[in-house]
This record gives sequence, C-alpha cells and structure tokens, in this order.
Amino acid sequence: MQKMPVWADIILIPLVSLLLAALLSAAVIVGIGEDPQAALKLMISGALGSTYGWGYTLYYATNFIFTGLAVSVAFHAKLFNIGGEGQAMLGGLGVALVALYIPWPHWSFALIGCTIGAALLGAAWAYIPAILQAKRGSHIVITTIMFNFIAFALLNYLLVNVMRPAGSMDPATASFPEATHLPTLHMLLEPLGIKFSKAAPANVSLVVALLAAVFVWLLIWRTRLGYEIRAFGHSESAARYAGINPVRITVIAMMVSGALAGMMSLNTTMGEGERLILNSTEGAGFIGIAVALMGRSHPVGVVVASILFGFLYQGGAELALWTSIPRDLIVVIQALVILFTGALDNMVRMPLERLFLMFGRKEG
Amino acid sequence: MDNANTAGRQETAAPAIELRGISKAFGPVQANKDISIRVMPGTIHGIIGENGAGKSTLMSILFGYYKADAGEIFISGQKTQIPDSQAAIAAGIGMVFQHFKLVQNFTVLENVILGAEDGALLNTSLRNARATLRQLAQEYELEVDPDAVIEDLSVGHQQRVEILKALYRQAEILILDEPTGVLTPSEADQLFRILRRLREEGKTIILITHKLREIMDITDTVSVMRRGEMTATVKTSETNPQELAELMVGRKVLLRIEKAPAQPKDVVLEIENLRVIDDAGVERIKGINLNLRAGEVLGIAGVAGNGQSELLEVLGGYQPASGKITMNGQEIDLTGKKSDGQSRRARGIAHVPEDRQSEGLIMDYTAWENVVFGYHGDPRFQSGLFMNNAAIKEDATGKMERFDVRPPNPRLMAKNFSGGNQQKIVVAREIERDPDILLVGQPTRGVDIGAIEFIHKQIIALRDRGKAILLVSVELDEVLSLSDRIAVMFDGQIMGERLPQNTDEREVGLLMAGVTEEAS
Repeated sequence: MQKMPVWADIILIPLVSLLLAALLSAAVIVGIGEDPQAALKLMISGALGSTYGWGYTLYYATNFIFTGLAVSVAFHAKLFNIGGEGQAMLGGLGVALVALYIPWPHWSFALIGCTIGAALLGAAWAYIPAILQAKRGSHIVITTIMFNFIAFALLNYLLVNVMRPAGSMDPATASFPEATHLPTLHMLLEPLGIKFSKAAPANVSLVVALLAAVFVWLLIWRTRLGYEIRAFGHSESAARYAGINPVRITVIAMMVSGALAGMMSLNTTMGEGERLILNSTEGAGFIGIAVALMGRSHPVGVVVASILFGFLYQGGAELALWTSIPRDLIVVIQALVILFTGALDNMVRMPLERLFLMFGRKEG
Repeated sequence: MDNANTAGRQETAAPAIELRGISKAFGPVQANKDISIRVMPGTIHGIIGENGAGKSTLMSILFGYYKADAGEIFISGQKTQIPDSQAAIAAGIGMVFQHFKLVQNFTVLENVILGAEDGALLNTSLRNARATLRQLAQEYELEVDPDAVIEDLSVGHQQRVEILKALYRQAEILILDEPTGVLTPSEADQLFRILRRLREEGKTIILITHKLREIMDITDTVSVMRRGEMTATVKTSETNPQELAELMVGRKVLLRIEKAPAQPKDVVLEIENLRVIDDAGVERIKGINLNLRAGEVLGIAGVAGNGQSELLEVLGGYQPASGKITMNGQEIDLTGKKSDGQSRRARGIAHVPEDRQSEGLIMDYTAWENVVFGYHGDPRFQSGLFMNNAAIKEDATGKMERFDVRPPNPRLMAKNFSGGNQQKIVVAREIERDPDILLVGQPTRGVDIGAIEFIHKQIIALRDRGKAILLVSVELDEVLSLSDRIAVMFDGQIMGERLPQNTDEREVGLLMAGVTEEAS
C-alpha cells in the first residue's frame, strides 16, 4: 500500500488539525459577538509579542514538557498514566522538603538536590499504581486517577497541619531560603547581552526540561530498557516470549513517568512559587496527556506541542484580561485543540491519505 | 431465491459463477490481474495458490468486501453487481471464513438467525429457524444440537454452524476459506462428506486451500493462482500434486524433504512428569514424559489445543509448570527466577514460536530490531549504556541475506513482509544462534510452498549438525515428513510414540483423536 511521506505525517496532519480547531474556535468567538481576528491578534501579541509574553509562554511550556514526557514514556509501554497531576504534587512536596530542610550553598546544588527529591517522590507515587497493575491487574487508568485525589488530600493535610508556618493563615509552606532561588531567564540571558523581561517567571528549569527531553529520547530509542519498553508496549505476548519481565517494565516505565511528572514542580514550586502552595500544578498533569498525544509521544513533538499549549495558556489569559471573552471560552479553545490534534487524528488523516494515494497513482 | 432456482433449472449450461476480467489493485500492488473463471453448478471447484497470490482478494470481491477495478461477475448467467456482503447473500453466495464469525455465548439457533431475523419479535424467528434447521440437518447430514452454546462445541461442529448459517440464508454457492486448517483428520473427513453431500444436492462449492491433498481428494476442477494471475484451470482428474505445486510456485519444488537418516546421540532434554495448570485452573498438560536426543527431530503431532502450545511455552520459559526437566543433566528452573526466555536462550534453547505475529515478532518494529529480539541483551550488541544499533543492523543484514528474506531491507517494518518472509526472519534469528535445542512451533503455518521447502531444509541442516529439534505442528504431513520420531499428544497426554517409517496417517490420526489400540 502506498503511504504518505513522513513529512506529511508529522507536520501536515497536526497543522491541518490545528487549522480546523482554530476555525471552529473562531466560529465560537463570532457566536458570542466578538471579533476572532482581533482575538487572535491579541493572543499572539500577548503570548509572543514581548519577552514578557514569551516568559510566560515558556514558563507554561516548561510544565507541559515535563508532564508531556511523563505521559509519553508510560505510553511507549502502553500504560496510560493519568496520574501526572498527583505525581507532580508529590514532586512539589519533594522539592519543598529538600529546599526547606537542607541548607544549600548555591542554587545549582539546590537544583540538583530538588530534582532528586521531586523525581523520587513522583516516582514513588507512580510506583503504587504500577505495582498494583503489574501484580494484581488493577487498571492503571483508574488507580492513577484515584491517586490524584489522594495526593491532593495528602498535600492538603500536610500544608494545613504540618508544614504551615506558625501564624500563617495560608495553606502553604514557608518561603524557601534565598540560596535555593532559581535564576530566571532574565538573569540567565543578561550576561549574553539579551534583555529578557524581569517579571516573567520562566527560569532555568526550562533547560532541565529540555535536558529531560534529550534523556527520554536516548532512553526510549537508544537503550536496551527503551527497546524492551517499546516491545512490551507493542505486544505483551511477544515480550513474554522474548523473556522481557512485564512486572519490571510496568514498574520501571511508570516510575520514570512519575519522576518526570514530579520534576514539573521544579518549575512551579522551586522556580516560580519559591514555596509549596496547595494547587501549584494547575492541571498541567492533564495537559500533559494532550501534549503527548499531539507530540506522538516523541520528545521533539512533545516540546513543540508544549510551546503551542504554552501559547494557548498565555494568549488565553491575555484574552480574558483585555476582552469580554470569558475565561471559560479559553478552556473551550484549548479543548478544541486537544480534540482535533489528539482525539480526531484519523478524521484528518484518512482524507489526506486518500489524497496522497490519488496523486501518487497519477505520478506512477 | 426461487428466481435463482428456476433460472438455474432453465439454463443448466450457465455457470453458477462466472468472473470475467476481474482486476484489483491496492496502490501499486496488483492483487488480481484480469482473472476469468467459470464454476459450473453442482461442482466443487478448488482454488490454490501461495500466500499473497490473490485468492483472498478474489473471494473478497465475490463476497462484496472489495470492489473490483475492472471486470464483471455473472451469477447463474446473469450479470450481478455485488457492492456489499448483503448483496452477495441475496445473490445466493455464502462464505465460511477461516476464522469463524460466531457469537461464542449464543446458542447455535441464535447464531444462525443473527442478522436474518424475521422481525422484531425473536420467538417467531427462533421457532421458524428451528424447523428450517431440522430440515437442513436431515437433507445434508449436518447434525448439530440447535440449543447448544457455541463455546461448548468442538471446532468441527462450529464449522458446521457456519455452513448452516449460509444454507439458512439460502446460499446456492458456498465459499470455504482454508476450512481444514483447524480440524483433525477425521473432522476433515466428515467435512468432506458434507461437502460431497452438498454437491449431490446441486450446491456449488468453491474451496480455497493450500493443501494439495485436499484438492486431489475432493475437487472436480482446480484453478491455480500465482502473483495475482490465474495461471491454470484444469480438471482435477487430469493433473497431479507435483504439477499443481509447480504451477503455484513457478518452478520445480520438493514436496517431501529429502534427508539422510538421523543419527541420534545422547539425550539432551529429559522431561519427567510435566504438569501445567493454566490461569483458569484447567490442567493443560497432565504429567508427560519425553526424551529429546541430539541429532534428531522429535515431532509432536496433535490437534491444536491439546497441550502442545503449553509444552513449547514451558520449554521457552514463559509458562510455569511442575515436574522436572533436565538439560544435559542439569535441572531447568520451571517456576522461579531463572524461568524466563532470556535464561532459556542463555542455556542454548532457541524457540520459533507458533504464532509469529503475536509472539515471534513485533509487527511495528523494523526487521533489524526484530532480528535481535530476545537476544537484545547480548553483550555483542551493547556499547556502554546504549544499544549498538550499527552492530545490530549489520548482523541483521547478514542473517536476512543468508535466509533469503525478501525484500532484503532491514529498515522495513515486520508487518510489511509477507507471511513466509516474516517466518524466515524468525527462523533466521533462532537458527543462526546455533542453539543446542531448537523448539519449533508451526514452522510453516501460512507460509508459501517455496518458503516451506527452504525452512524445512534449514531445520534438517541444524539436525545434521547434531542439534536437537522439537517440532510441534498441526500439519500431519509436515510432522510425518520432517520427524525422526513422532509423539502424539491428546488432551494433555502423550498417546504414544511412533517411528515415521513404521506408521501412517491413519494410525497417527486415531491417536490424535485419543483412540488407542486397546480401545479400537
């Protein structure tokens, strides 16, 4: 069978999907009596028109890269990790414990320490659903969702009853010491002569996220473990035949996934909040699912999709600020993008494939 | 339907089915090229050809699954359009697929009327169907209990239900796709009796098969397909298996492997009192004892599902068992940490699994990734933290060349190779490791004749190098021609061992059905 060229598969289809989502969003905006063209302009200028906008776009994108990679790794083992949200919350706890209770000389050491803390607790939170799935067959989709709620309840308890500084009415930890504060992009880029907005929260954890993307690529496509994870994901029966231990792969893939999700809190808790608050994840764990779907579980795709969703987040916030378009509509637009790029992939793919087939035959 | 009957009577000379110039292409692949065929009413017409020769495509066109790019279909002399399977059924065509399309937890009666109910009320349909079914059963000797649940029936009986379904829909033309693949020899005989009976009653039957013996046994005429073309249509009485095989492959082939007598040496594998209980608590292997010697092929004959698969899985390391297995005097772990595929391979046990698509290969992996599958932990293919993909690719290219895998492109996905070439990839991977013991399950299932010959030769060559081979196959011909010693399995037990030169199909067939000499 004639197939589409690779470029059409990885570039054209997402673009067409995006265009469809944009058109439908425009129709919705027209429906509530606003001007879609002006709205788009505002979104672009708000998210990409200044280093301040870029700073926010990249800040959100950093979150999505971590959670998107997390979902991707699990997905290569055909495990649907919906627990990114809870794993990120536990990652935040790990960051807070390391930052608050260990004296750090310099932010770079603190970053390494907090990365380990976040990854460890995130992985531990993913371990329980993983072992339940591998040993007892409890479906991981159900258990990871439930573990999101448990994580929230646990954090709520800890922040209200244990970690809250005396006298504070806010369910949050004390502020982290000065030495653990991460440099923002403004500080990182200043020595290079690039002026970046001081107010934007994007920080050095963006670099960690990109490193994590490289790490995931190496892990999945270059190591023996990645080979086994993918084999297990494609065919469990073949994996059994080859002597690949399903329990081991399930547990490891989920723990790597949980660790990546947990590391998201480097950005929110260590980089931006500089203390652990109750709802620092803001749904980024769930956006990670859409990002992984759109990015085809490939690190490059995940990074690109993360920047797109970062743009939607920041542009959407601008829309809500400057127009009468309600905040809820932004969620609708984001949902449309997820719907078209993730769920309705085949709707775009099949007609396109037919088109290529037609032209291919004419040439032949 | 009455129309078709009267039409048939009026023009007895008109063929039941006539295809004229049927062509069908999938992209650049020409699956059917200008195919013309006439099947006379009241005959059994065989269609043989290798995998990918276009038999299934042709039948799918006839049953309305595909639309031909060109060509015409005539049913009983009348030009007929068959845009979908409903139209095919209306035209009196019934199809019995290789994989049955039955609802497992419905009764026979419910399955028969499914999709052909008289109206919204089920009871009237069931009552009418019961009467019709009784009549059909008498007419064609198709006895099946109408109230039996499908999952309780044997495969042979399930197949009868499929035939009844077609007849209930008043099929005059019955197409059977590889109908004996899942049957015991005696069940196959019964099927052939039914088919002959249907022929006597004036039904037209098209039999698709790759088994030359069946073609010779039962068909009146036979058409041979090769690479999308109809290469010949001959009267069965005027041809012979050798000629048909050559027409199929396009060159001379050895139907029976030529091999020197085996020279068995020491026992390398000793199986004592092996028992397997599956997840549902059913005992699949009931305490068997077997010996395997170096330099011999031990064939396990048996109908699928009598414990052979479990035996392979136990030896392959992914099915826990109790009992004792020793290899070269050392006991093999059957339940613990050392019971997995990797440890077995490390001990020199290689395994060509029964199902290459779900076990032997990762269909979405490239050929080179598949050629290392199971041996991906080999230090030769590691470099530091990473896999040495360059070394793996080089190794794969060599193996694919030596085993004549076509196309010889290691970057192609496994799913894009034909069945025979997929199997060659698996066999190349396992045999080239030069194992002490080779486990082979269904080495030639869904593999074309040319590749069968090649794979058999490789297995015998390994034997002649003094290695031990355990062969499991449901193809009795294959077991008889390849093995130096045959053990027959039935219901999880070994019914007996025979030497191929001292036995015949009838005796082994009886053992496969669980009949021992004392009983018969």
